[in-house]
Amino acid sequence: MAKIIKEKTPIPEQDPKIRRQNFNEVALGYSEEDALREASRCLGCKDSPCLAGCPVEIDIPAFISLIKERDYLGAVRKIKEKNALPAICGRVCPQETQCEQYCTLGKRFEPVAIGRLERFVADYEMVNTKDLQPITCSSPNGKSIAVVGSGPAGLTAAADLAKLDYKVTIFEALHKTGGVLVYGIPEFRLPKAIVEQEVEFVKRLGVELKLSVVIGRTLTIDDLFSEGYDAIFVGVGAGLPHFMDIPGENLNGVYSANEYLTRVNLMKAYLFPEYDTPIKKGKRVAVVGGGNVAMDAARTALRLGADQVFIIYRRSQVEMPARREEVHHAEEEGIEFKTLTNPTRIIGDKQGWVKEIECIRMELGEPDDSGRRRPIPIEGSLFKIEVDIVVMAIGNGANPLLTSATPDMAINKWGYIITDDEGRTTKKGVYAGGDIVTGSATVISAMGAGKRAVRAIHKDLTE
Amino acid sequence: MFKILAKKILASGIKLFEIEAPLVARKALPGQFIVLKIDEYGERIPLTIYEYTRDKGTISIIFQEVGKSTMQLGTLNEGDCLSDIIGPLGCPTKIEKVGRVVTIGGGVGTAVIYPITRSLKEANNRVTSIIGARTRELLILKEEMEKASDELFITTDDGSYGRHGLVTDELKRLIDEGEKIDLIFAIGPVIMMKAVSNLAKQYNLKTMVSLNSIMVDGTGMCGCCRVTVKGRTKFVCVDGPDFEAEGVDFDELMNRQRIYLNEERLSIERYRERECRRNG
Ligand SMILES: Cc1cc2nc3c(=O)[nH]c(=O)nc-3n(C[C@H](O)[C@H](O)[C@H](O)COP(=O)(O)OP(=O)(O)OC[C@H]3O[C@@H](n4cnc5c(N)ncnc54)[C@H](O)[C@@H]3O)c2cc1C
Ligand SMILES: Cc1cc2nc3c(=O)[nH]c(=O)nc-3n(C[C@H](O)[C@H](O)[C@H](O)COP(=O)(O)OP(=O)(O)OC[C@H]3O[C@@H](n4cnc5c(N)ncnc54)[C@H](O)[C@@H]3O)c2cc1C
Ligand code: SF4
Ligand code: SF4
Ligand code: FES
Repeated sequence: MAKIIKEKTPIPEQDPKIRRQNFNEVALGYSEEDALREASRCLGCKDSPCLAGCPVEIDIPAFISLIKERDYLGAVRKIKEKNALPAICGRVCPQETQCEQYCTLGKRFEPVAIGRLERFVADYEMVNTKDLQPITCSSPNGKSIAVVGSGPAGLTAAADLAKLDYKVTIFEALHKTGGVLVYGIPEFRLPKAIVEQEVEFVKRLGVELKLSVVIGRTLTIDDLFSEGYDAIFVGVGAGLPHFMDIPGENLNGVYSANEYLTRVNLMKAYLFPEYDTPIKKGKRVAVVGGGNVAMDAARTALRLGADQVFIIYRRSQVEMPARREEVHHAEEEGIEFKTLTNPTRIIGDKQGWVKEIECIRMELGEPDDSGRRRPIPIEGSLFKIEVDIVVMAIGNGANPLLTSATPDMAINKWGYIITDDEGRTTKKGVYAGGDIVTGSATVISAMGAGKRAVRAIHKDLTE
Repeated sequence: MFKILAKKILASGIKLFEIEAPLVARKALPGQFIVLKIDEYGERIPLTIYEYTRDKGTISIIFQEVGKSTMQLGTLNEGDCLSDIIGPLGCPTKIEKVGRVVTIGGGVGTAVIYPITRSLKEANNRVTSIIGARTRELLILKEEMEKASDELFITTDDGSYGRHGLVTDELKRLIDEGEKIDLIFAIGPVIMMKAVSNLAKQYNLKTMVSLNSIMVDGTGMCGCCRVTVKGRTKFVCVDGPDFEAEGVDFDELMNRQRIYLNEERLSIERYRERECRRNG
């Protein structure tokens, strides 16, 4: 047997100095040669431990083995038996804590770069397939399902339901399909053309999309039942921005990360005035928070032309919830990290614009409920940073728009929908999954929830 | 796609569209609004639902051309389509029988106060209305408001029609005449709503206003529309647009409306240049 290659095949990336000035994708993707080399590392383990880490149950050894045989289209087909969104997952799945964490190879060396391989074959298919015929189901089963929300949870549920021969309609509040994939995650990490193509695949399965329909306002859940839907899946995400409740948060120049990213991604404000939606381009920008959302906002600010961008985070870098890779990318691009620092107020000028952000230094004390060491303010350590834009990226909560219009569906004290392990809500015929059940999580966990709920729907409707 | 079925010019730069939007028409109630997007490049702008006809499946909007989006909207005609209409959004106005109500519309705010005025009258309130405009040419919905209320007073800033002065002058007169007022409902430029609110506060009169903050999604997702009410942050698109005037930080709202002044100017200049080239 050939000698095992210990390290992952690196993925080519745009130079940090250049990419911080454009919105093009940072990671360029494997060449065929890279993919073959990386695939050759996979041991094809009989018990496939990697499978345990993939919530959408992709047959990982099987698709990698098809890559080894250079049957790339076969490999995508294998993946798409389970996952309708491989080009998206290959880019944004936190693979290091999912499939790759369980990879046998990872016990002694670096794990197989499963996500990068998934991306490679998905991209290969987009470039090399011209056949975009609908994949119609031969015999619709006569039942129809409404899916509310077109984020990863809703898209996955819709695709799986369509494969089971249900007639599926997605209702989406925004004018574009994809949820956080189109309004939150920036172009330079997930090009919108990629999302569009994967949505196209879901449509080819026969799924119908109704955009700009707000469930809870335009139609209610009960309206959907009276229109004849046999079951409803709710995947509306956790779209309610949190603020810190500190003085100065409503000054001009303070954004929630949702607003900042929505303007830039969904509304394409980075192309203003070609597109009509404006965004303030700051010279010195502070982003408060330490998750993926904060990294995305900070890197977006840089690309909009900021000279200096600060990440302000109250714990230390080790505790940051963002993916290592994203923190690394942000550092490479020149984002400045002010860790163990917490904002106390935002100070404005006479015209009501942000001028400074006042912060206090923190130290780490005993571990708290989350197991992370609790940050404690250091008395007398207040200091100010001069900034003209502040972006609050401290997390999202449950948006009550749909749930308050559906009082007979139980929610918990934070407003998230209560479901059983299989995704059934307390309202008959209504299922839910994704961020609106778990709170802000990941693309892949939302997709896993969509898949689980479809099993419950199918079971309940056929038994 | 949402088709424009009828277009009417109400005054210079103020237009009415009747639009096919059956789902919105089915649910709409007074006080609610839509978010509208003209085309692929368009921004999402909020506009009040002026009227709805459920069986016909149509809604009407009235808009004033103040910037790029509304100017472009104004160039569209019967038969043209809009890419998106989202709604009905916001909480419907609470319509109750309280007794005597004074409704006040300033400028294009008259379009917003009209459906509320009508509903308040239908709920058996005695409704006195005041509408104001800068000048006679900009006065809209005079006949409609006359029909919708028990009595109507009109003011113009330059005295070209009705009483010479501001809507607050007329309100002050009504108050001074001594007849009890149970509720004031004022909608118009923020500066006007603030003035009405201040006046009403002196007499301890309850006042409602409908706030027009800058919006993006209109569903509570972005927080762009936030205002301070009684020291707490509220989202106009989901908590409003109606609020009790007392406690609204009008100055903050006015300031937040100015966030994109420079960008808006740039957008209009670019738009005008292109229109000139196209027409010239
Ligand atoms: C900036 C950012 C970066 C992120 N980066 C990553 C990453 O790199 N990797 C990762 O795994 N995760 C990441 N996440 C988290 C991930 O995106 C979410 O966990 C995931 O999108 C949740 O999926 P969902 O389908 O539950 O909800 P969402 O993606 O939020 O989609 C919900 C959809 O429902 C629609 N909707 C809401 N209310 C209604 C209604 N009443 N009627 C109709 N439609 C409605 C919304 O408009 C939206 O389109 C990131 C999140 C953000 C905000
Ligand atoms: C709930 C609500 C109901 C409204 N109803 C009406 C109505 O019935 N008729 C009417 O004529 N106007 C109404 N407005 C105001 C209308 O939305 C703005 O006039 C319009 O967005 C201006 O866009 P523009 O590009 O033409 O002008 P711009 O040049 O972009 O802006 C002119 C001014 O309009 C405001 N504005 C700009 N963008 C937005 C935005 N996205 N959302 C809200 N305000 C913005 C700002 O204060 C700005 O200074 C309403 C606003 C709200 C919030
Ligand atoms: S979908 Fe995510 S977890 Fe599953 S194999 Fe792909 S990268 Fe791994
Ligand atoms: S565990 Fe790793 S090496 Fe084994 S089959 Fe899965 S990817 Fe290949
Ligand atoms: S407009 Fe986005 S939250 Fe109100």
